[in-house]
Amino acid sequence: MSEVIRNHKSCTVNPLKMSQPIGGALAFLGIANCMPMLHGSQGCTSFGLVLFQRHFNEGIPMQTTAMSEVATVMGGLDNIGSAILNIQNRTKPSIIGICSTGVTETKGDDVDGYIKNFRALHPELDSLSLVYVSTPDFKGAFQDGWAKATENMIQALVHEKTWEQAGKINVLAGSHLTSADIDELRDLCEAFQLEVTVLPDISGSLDGHIPQDFTPNTLGGTPLESIAEMGNAELTIVLGEQMRPAAEALLQKTGQPYVLFDRILGLEATDQLLDCLSQLSGHPVPAKYRRQRSQLVDAMLDAHFFFGGKQISIGAEPDLLWDLGNWMHEMGAVLKTAVTTTESPLLVQMPCDTVLIGDLEDLESRSTGCDLILTHSHGRQAAERLGIPLYRIGIPIFDRLGAAHRPILGYRGARDLTFAVGNLLLSTESENLPDTWPLPMESTDARAPVALTE
Amino acid sequence: MLSNKVQDVFNEPGCSKNQGKSEKERKKGCTKALQPGGAAGGCAFDGAKIALQPITDVAHLVHGPIACEGNSWDNRGSRSSGSQLWRTGFTTDINELDVVYGGEKHLFKSIKEVLDKYSPPAVFVYQTCVPAMIGDDIEAVCKAASQKFGTPVIPVNSPGFVGPKNLGNKLAGEALLDYVIGTEEPEHTTPYDINIIGEYNLSGELWQVKPLLDHLGIRVTCCISGDARYHDVAQSHRARAAMMVCSKSMINIARKMEERYEIPFFEGSFYGISDTSESLRQISALLVQRGAPEELLERTEALIACEEARVWERINEYTPRLRGKRVLLFTGGVKSWSVVSALQEAGMVVVGTSVKKSTKEDKERIKEIMGEDAHMIDDMTPREMFAMFRDAKADILLSGGRSQFTALKNKMPWVDINQERHQAYNGYEGMVNLVKQIDLAIHNPMWPILRKPAPWEMREVG
Repeated sequence: MSEVIRNHKSCTVNPLKMSQPIGGALAFLGIANCMPMLHGSQGCTSFGLVLFQRHFNEGIPMQTTAMSEVATVMGGLDNIGSAILNIQNRTKPSIIGICSTGVTETKGDDVDGYIKNFRALHPELDSLSLVYVSTPDFKGAFQDGWAKATENMIQALVHEKTWEQAGKINVLAGSHLTSADIDELRDLCEAFQLEVTVLPDISGSLDGHIPQDFTPNTLGGTPLESIAEMGNAELTIVLGEQMRPAAEALLQKTGQPYVLFDRILGLEATDQLLDCLSQLSGHPVPAKYRRQRSQLVDAMLDAHFFFGGKQISIGAEPDLLWDLGNWMHEMGAVLKTAVTTTESPLLVQMPCDTVLIGDLEDLESRSTGCDLILTHSHGRQAAERLGIPLYRIGIPIFDRLGAAHRPILGYRGARDLTFAVGNLLLSTESENLPDTWPLPMESTDARAPVALTE
Repeated sequence: MLSNKVQDVFNEPGCSKNQGKSEKERKKGCTKALQPGGAAGGCAFDGAKIALQPITDVAHLVHGPIACEGNSWDNRGSRSSGSQLWRTGFTTDINELDVVYGGEKHLFKSIKEVLDKYSPPAVFVYQTCVPAMIGDDIEAVCKAASQKFGTPVIPVNSPGFVGPKNLGNKLAGEALLDYVIGTEEPEHTTPYDINIIGEYNLSGELWQVKPLLDHLGIRVTCCISGDARYHDVAQSHRARAAMMVCSKSMINIARKMEERYEIPFFEGSFYGISDTSESLRQISALLVQRGAPEELLERTEALIACEEARVWERINEYTPRLRGKRVLLFTGGVKSWSVVSALQEAGMVVVGTSVKKSTKEDKERIKEIMGEDAHMIDDMTPREMFAMFRDAKADILLSGGRSQFTALKNKMPWVDINQERHQAYNGYEGMVNLVKQIDLAIHNPMWPILRKPAPWEMREVG
């Protein structure tokens, strides 16, 4: 059990947190032929766009309603209309995902109502899906925006259940999954001959590949037709506590049952996921994965010497923190410092004394004497000042290559992470020296010095 | 208050583009109305932050919700020779309660925390859209905080929705003019003191030029704002002359410092060999005009002769490999014409250049350099850009980060010449580096391997 601390200072220093709207936008980037759009001033979009471009090393489709000062004061609903028409003319997406921002939420634009009117005025755009999600910058964090966008997509795009397709499942993927995690997951499901729809699916759109053609919209991602049919699956697998409201929405709408896994990382977590797939499909766990399981067991045996008793400091969004913190704990390390961005029911269960909803200044001041820091690239200054190794994980990672291709899900993901982090710990093992074990003061005082002469 | 400032900036008489306009046109401002669903650039807050953040020892505190700082901090390529405080992200991270009850007290407390913990010589407070909407008076808060804590707290009133990045650059300049420049007196001055305005020390490229100035005994008392210290900016009104670097982004500072403190300035560039030499000449000439000994001119010429010979020798090593290589240049503002002339110096052919952010003057210069039939590109979709790349048979694209994938995804060489780049391209040294980077990119042995289809694709086609 852990105590959750919040609101302890006025000025946030070295933010760990990113804003809700761009979390929502990233979820929309996992939908096929989509144009995400932030309803705000153009900087809101531009910051998110640059951030994702640097993280994924990919061109990012993302638009803005480009709110001016006047539009902001008078209300920016017309900007939404002209933006939609403009995007439709220029890029012809199947769906525009609209996230509000601090600017437009402060004014209180009634976007839902406006879209209704807009629909009535523009029947020619009936085939264009519009999903709106309210994501004020001054509330919540990145993970919340992702979760809400997914929930709203389910509300708006999933059709009612018409039949049940045997062997078909859905996966609701949290924002802590990388492209590689989703690929790994899809391989797992296919190994049990299950057909899977992942929502949102950034593995096709943001996995760094060479496209056949230009598209100004997302390339890859969950197709709208697949989302519409999510009600017809046998089961929905939910990865991450953040996705519970989305799973509930799907349940309400289609009666679709779900199983929620709050962990994607670790031996037991993977066992449970595979067992679920095996029972559902009626197929035994394939030999390939039994082999991988034993590789992970062996990796843990080889690595545990270097994790045991190590003091670890983690800064991450709640679901990623939950995965990493528990995994570290299972490997024998001590979760000394845990800093996160937003509320979650998991925080009180974290395997440490306190969890702080805070920033990287908090992480830095609580990491003295730690052996390792795990957080995104913005932890680099703190790590450097403290002289502690940093393992980069989460978003953004802008000063290392291949962020999208590092999985933690599955036996292979856990095995590779165990080696990568283990190597970092191994590289900082210090050699013993003649003065490594000096006698303490009380001993030297109590003992008379040995006379060398006479 | 803010709208007066914006008008004032729009009226900038130092801007040649402005002089050609009618009274009414000027009022409308120099920026095209942003098109919803078709805009791409940064906002005025972004511009203000870019312009001032390179002042290294100042705490830059962003008053707003988490998006404005949380999504963007520590992402600039400037470098500091001392304090790293500028890379620390400070924000009030305002919440729902602030939006309802106002964020002024929150801001005031935040300023106190920053001063207590980090003791900077000054705090810059950046206004953003949300607090501007709810009426937080950051000028009043900053004034109260300055008085209470005895440290300058400077309001930078440039919320995102007032306009694009370029306007933010200028509003940042206004903040310096109103609250910083001229507020302190230097301990000593020399006849060789200059300001460099509009240089942000990206990748540390100011340090490619500074040794030249050091060698001539010219002292950069203040660079606005690359690798600057707060006190240097406050004392910069005692310089003898100024050079304005980045096209028009900070022309208001240069012109108003001339008006208020009689510091003459010229517009120059350190991109390219002849531009660098010309800039050194102009700096010396201005200083001599202002009373520096005339022998400076001779020493400058001697240095230029020596350094130009040295740089040519180094570039000539590359010319056989690069002569006739075709370059498509895609960037904004001053970089267009200054880089065009630089590349031509190295034997390359510039087949087209963008003029999206360039002024009329810039365009004239490009025509002068590239000839009447120069391809000048205003705005382009990625598809059009690639078509141009292919039709012009370009060998390499030089551009900013956003258009890189047009080249890279088509397996074409690309070199980054915008603000996120990792390389330094200033002065003679920088030109050698640019040429080297182009050579490395074009001649990387990976290209033919990448362009070859997979064996089965060959079979399937045949």
